[in-house]
Amino acid sequence: MRRLRLGWEATILGLVVVALLVGALLSPDFLTASNLSFLTANFSEIALMVLTMTLLIIVAEIDLSVASILGMCSALLGVLWAARVPMPLAILLTLGAGGLAGLFNGLLVTRLGLPSLAVTIGTLALYRGLAYALLGDRAVADFPPAYTNLGFGTVPGTMIPIPIALFAVLAVITALVLHATAFGRSLYAIGANEVAARFAGLRVERVKLILFVGSGLMAALAGVVYTFRFSSARADNGVGLELGVIAAVLLGGVSIFGGRGSVVGAVAAVFLIGIINGALTIVDVPGEILTIVTGLLLIGSVLVPNLLARVRARRRGREAVG
Amino acid sequence: MTSQTGPDVLAGPPRPGILTRVLRAREFTLALLLLLITLGTAAVNPRFLGVGSVRDLLLNVSVIGLLVVGQTVVLLMRHVDLSVSSVVGLTAFLTGSLFIAVPGLPVPVALLFGLLLGAGLGVVNGLLVAYGRVPALVATLGTLYVFRGVTYAVVSGGQVNASNLPAAFLGFGTGSVLGIPNLVLLVLAIMVAFGVYLGSYRGGREYYAVGSNTDAAVLAGIDVTRRTLTGFVISGAIAGLAGVLYLARYGTVDATAGTGLELQVIAAAVVGGVSIGGGVGTVAGAGIGALLLGVIGSALVTLRAPAFYQQAIQGALLLLAISVDIIVSRRTAQRLQIEGQHHTPQAGTTQTGGPA
Repeated sequence: MRRLRLGWEATILGLVVVALLVGALLSPDFLTASNLSFLTANFSEIALMVLTMTLLIIVAEIDLSVASILGMCSALLGVLWAARVPMPLAILLTLGAGGLAGLFNGLLVTRLGLPSLAVTIGTLALYRGLAYALLGDRAVADFPPAYTNLGFGTVPGTMIPIPIALFAVLAVITALVLHATAFGRSLYAIGANEVAARFAGLRVERVKLILFVGSGLMAALAGVVYTFRFSSARADNGVGLELGVIAAVLLGGVSIFGGRGSVVGAVAAVFLIGIINGALTIVDVPGEILTIVTGLLLIGSVLVPNLLARVRARRRGREAVG
Repeated sequence: MTSQTGPDVLAGPPRPGILTRVLRAREFTLALLLLLITLGTAAVNPRFLGVGSVRDLLLNVSVIGLLVVGQTVVLLMRHVDLSVSSVVGLTAFLTGSLFIAVPGLPVPVALLFGLLLGAGLGVVNGLLVAYGRVPALVATLGTLYVFRGVTYAVVSGGQVNASNLPAAFLGFGTGSVLGIPNLVLLVLAIMVAFGVYLGSYRGGREYYAVGSNTDAAVLAGIDVTRRTLTGFVISGAIAGLAGVLYLARYGTVDATAGTGLELQVIAAAVVGGVSIGGGVGTVAGAGIGALLLGVIGSALVTLRAPAFYQQAIQGALLLLAISVDIIVSRRTAQRLQIEGQHHTPQAGTTQTGGPA
């Protein structure tokens, strides 16, 4: 099964290449730096939130409230800026609010022992509500160009969007933490068998709490990026993004039951969805096809390996009989 | 041999009296909470209990109240159906299109059409989960996208308006019998039917068995695969019916109809005491959960809570309900365990309904 999963990551990376080639065949403009730059910038918020969601799902938890934290933090940033708080301080306070929101989720899960699915359905409503309480249906849009450039500008001298550069750095850090530290390995242990992990002396509650705070911080960062990229703070920013984040993580081969998955797979899945999106857009294929393709890929990512394993098992069974 | 073990062991601890059992039931606590909120709000603003506002409230709750029945069936088996919102959108739009194509279509045929279409979509979920061994969260998140994408493709910018719908259908949506709206009566009938089925029939009890302990269910001779498929077909069929009711209630449907309903439905079920860990919960509880969320929402409007604070308050109350429920049920489980040890060891295996 482990080999199968690694095989799935290779498959996803292969599909990314195929999608790029198909895009190039569809339109000569597709593989241009500016187009790739545009289409990757388009999913930078989802990409950021995928990183911490991957870690959470590996320990068999989930955070459905990320898109609401994004919206709440976007609204907060707008309110602070409108109140003439200096921007660096406003950003810090916004990140702090995201961390607190994550801490609240984490405390409900680890101290009260509530299922994270139920908790974060509740905070999904709560944090979105707080976003509306902060900003109502107003929008704050007069952000200084120095900051909005961070949202849709590119790294000087390259065509790499700044949010994607930020994402790349964080992705490398997350991958190192997950795959090269004792903390990272402990996530797999907890996800695979929480009771055994506890007996092995792992501080399960503390690890989970850290991950929920991390998820809140990352959603806040995505909120800052979103606000600058669209140069608009609104309470409804990012509504519904949570399902896109979870879809990308699962498509990347992370098991919903925990204990299995990698940052590489999840990141490759984000790019796959983003590139297919871009390729379909450039040839004017309507967006609904992307919705269908995302759904089919998601189902296929689990169904195909399952069916292959069953076919293989049946063949082996027949050989044994014959 | 069997006569020697006798009825004493099978009976376990003496059953508590009917009053104790009613008082301990989760539905009772919820109903009490419902009553308190209703009376409290009515005390501040008597119009809350006016005929018109109660009618609106019940109509608003009816779609969620119907969906929560199917979701309960699926949740009992420790699965989940996230695709219900997309099923509602697709069936609502296609039923509307059917009315445009066949203007004189009788209402029962429309209901049957939605039911069958939803059941067909449920078969897809059921096959993926039961036979493809795809975890329900992944499978139904996938079909949530696929069904919604199909809806967008079919709708392609258009929408169904009340002017496209026959008067008989709109009349069904707004009509009532003895002052109770038709939609509410239909939803109540389905709730009662499923409540009885899940509580008292072998097939219904099997859903609890599958969710409580799948291995034990297999050993008990339950065809878990088929039961799972049936559960998703039921959830899909009910969502299809809900789509038709959605059309009847709102008259106007575009490609986004029903978006986001899935989380409200799961929230209602969880508040109503259906455990996402499987095996625990009743349709009555889930229905009261849906009603409670609806009443809280409309009470906030009646009490003139600032519009922008309402969602936050609802979220906080939802969290409170979940937390209190878990703490109370854990206490109850502990107490039952202690009592069980006192009387007979067999009773110690009470289902706790703890975290998933």
